[in-house]
Amino acid sequence: MAGLRTESLFLNMGPQHPSTHGVLRLGLTIEGERVVDLFADLGFLHRGIEKLAESRTYLQFIPLTDRLDYLAAMSNNLAFVLAVEELLEVEVPRRAEYIRVMVAELSRLASHLVWLGAFANDLGATTPLLYCFREREDILDALELLCGARMTFNYVRFGGVARDATPAFVEKCRKFLETFDKRVDEYEELLTGNAIFLSRTKGIGFLSAEDARSFAASGPMLRGSGIQWDLRKDAPYSVYPEMDFIIPTGTVGDVWDRYIVRVIEMRQSARIIRQALDGLPEGEFKAKLPRVLKPAQGEAYVRVEAPKGELGFYVVSDGTTNPFRVKIRAPSFINLATLRVMCKEALVADLVAILGSIDIVLGEVDR
Amino acid sequence: MSVSVEFLELLWILLPELLPSPLYALARLGVAFVAVMAFIVVMVLFAVWFERKVIGHIQVRIGPLHTGRWHGWAQTIADAIKLFLKEDIIPKGVDRPVYVLAPLVVFVTTVVVYVVIPFSRNLVARDINMGILFVFAVSSIATLGIFMGGWGSNNKYSLLGAMRVAAQIVSYEVPLLLSVLGVFMLAQTLSLNGIVEAQKGLWYVFLQPVGFVIYVIAGIAEVNRLPFDIPEAESELVAGFHTEYSGLRFAFFFLAEYANMFVMSALATVLFLGGWHGPFLPGFVWFILKAFFFMFLMVWLRGTYPRLRVDQMMSFCWKVLLPLAFLNLLVTGLVMSFI
Repeated sequence: MAGLRTESLFLNMGPQHPSTHGVLRLGLTIEGERVVDLFADLGFLHRGIEKLAESRTYLQFIPLTDRLDYLAAMSNNLAFVLAVEELLEVEVPRRAEYIRVMVAELSRLASHLVWLGAFANDLGATTPLLYCFREREDILDALELLCGARMTFNYVRFGGVARDATPAFVEKCRKFLETFDKRVDEYEELLTGNAIFLSRTKGIGFLSAEDARSFAASGPMLRGSGIQWDLRKDAPYSVYPEMDFIIPTGTVGDVWDRYIVRVIEMRQSARIIRQALDGLPEGEFKAKLPRVLKPAQGEAYVRVEAPKGELGFYVVSDGTTNPFRVKIRAPSFINLATLRVMCKEALVADLVAILGSIDIVLGEVDR
Repeated sequence: MSVSVEFLELLWILLPELLPSPLYALARLGVAFVAVMAFIVVMVLFAVWFERKVIGHIQVRIGPLHTGRWHGWAQTIADAIKLFLKEDIIPKGVDRPVYVLAPLVVFVTTVVVYVVIPFSRNLVARDINMGILFVFAVSSIATLGIFMGGWGSNNKYSLLGAMRVAAQIVSYEVPLLLSVLGVFMLAQTLSLNGIVEAQKGLWYVFLQPVGFVIYVIAGIAEVNRLPFDIPEAESELVAGFHTEYSGLRFAFFFLAEYANMFVMSALATVLFLGGWHGPFLPGFVWFILKAFFFMFLMVWLRGTYPRLRVDQMMSFCWKVLLPLAFLNLLVTGLVMSFI
């Protein structure tokens, strides 16, 4: 074999590819099936959302935040609204805070469910995808009762939420939570104990704690690498301090750890929603605010624990009706940067698993 | 009705007398060819519908429901017609003769295998005295066709898929053949009909349980189904070797894949489940029922398992299946020589 001339192959993966979860383009250099080098080409979904903010009023920008991580739009709404509220210095009614926590956690469930299904599909297991979408459907139905929309909610507003939580919504959530834990058991039965699934995820795509920290990875990526860091606990906002839940962490930082962290997070989210439903106080769902919002001159940076990680909104106000500048710290964009480190010596099939385990949403990566 | 059947039977008996022998052989071959083709088309149409229904219910869906009113029975027929009517696209960069020939090679080799499958005692196009060897010899040519498709497409994903196919089928053929060898030793014949006759009392699945398991695993790998659908790994290689194929050419690959699934199921039935033996029902019905049990098994696996990685699949073949197949052979030989 010594005389055989071999060549590495450049493989263009995406922007039209089943496993790049949207319009991500990866340029792979492969030797046989082994990935030697790769780069990510972003921007196919760039809409200039940050710039668009400058020509809109604060209220008008909320619907655009829906289009960032469209699988968990509530978290985006919440992050932006919290940032502007810091400028407005407004007191939010407790009922609204509870509803916000509820919808944010429902969004987290919806996002993790889509992730789990898509990830399993990347590994060739098609059935969990359908099961996950069955549960997600319930969540979307509940949120539809709340605000009429299923994907782009535009629900969290300055000083509260757009509409009050109706008894029908509460009932729907309770009914959903009754079966949800059993459904998660079902997924785990299909995946967690499956020898093929284990061999596809364990020991693949290592992200060391130092690397995770130096790349500023966040969310399940960071926790999968063993660092216990969750903004809901470590920099609490809204009424999260009143909720009782645990932060799962992985041990070695491989694909498996990120998987199991997200599965446990789903159970914990369900716990939080249950507590919020039980403790839902009576009262106003929205604070009184002037019709035209003109936040005081200044700047605010607020971060929340979105399903994908740390979502930050940096809002600069010049005292007019429109924000002077909005900068978004998109968790999937920053998490995606770790891909190259994790894909050292990986096979093409591993690459798909690793990319799936990052949980990117291109709407957020490209903004 | 009965008159015409009698007439046909008479014709069947008298035909060799009436016609000079080469012409008779040719006529028989023609009838067999038409029958096999008709069977394959009908069976594949049904199998695809069957798979979609079963996988639909596994995945809490319903599957096709509208086309043809009753549970969407006509869905696959509509799909087939659509594929036939599609524009024939040959991409610019392909190696034309290789690209055009590939689906035919795959399809023809699959069809030829049907010639030796004994659907019932007399319903076999040609009972060759080394039928099983013929099956494996011919079906390994299909690998060549798939590789041609992948290579000729001039597409990197196709090429990767083709390389995976070559690796997979060549390595899984070894344990597959070894697992079947145990059956030959018991039956003392290579003729498929002879093997079925030998299982009149006891099915070989009870005498060769390990061989049976190895056969099923290697067989599924051989037809590229989940969890071994690595060559077409949708989430990795888009569609693997047939990425660039569409319309009729794609239909041939598709047809061959399902026809191959049935071949594997049919062989499992012949070798381990007593072929057409069974009470009450005619042999043909038993044969189809048993074969479709395997088809169901493959669909079931598809609904349950993730996909293996290419290196894991290879090491599983060489390090687990192959030693196990040899051990099985050794034990069979020892037991047979002492009992």
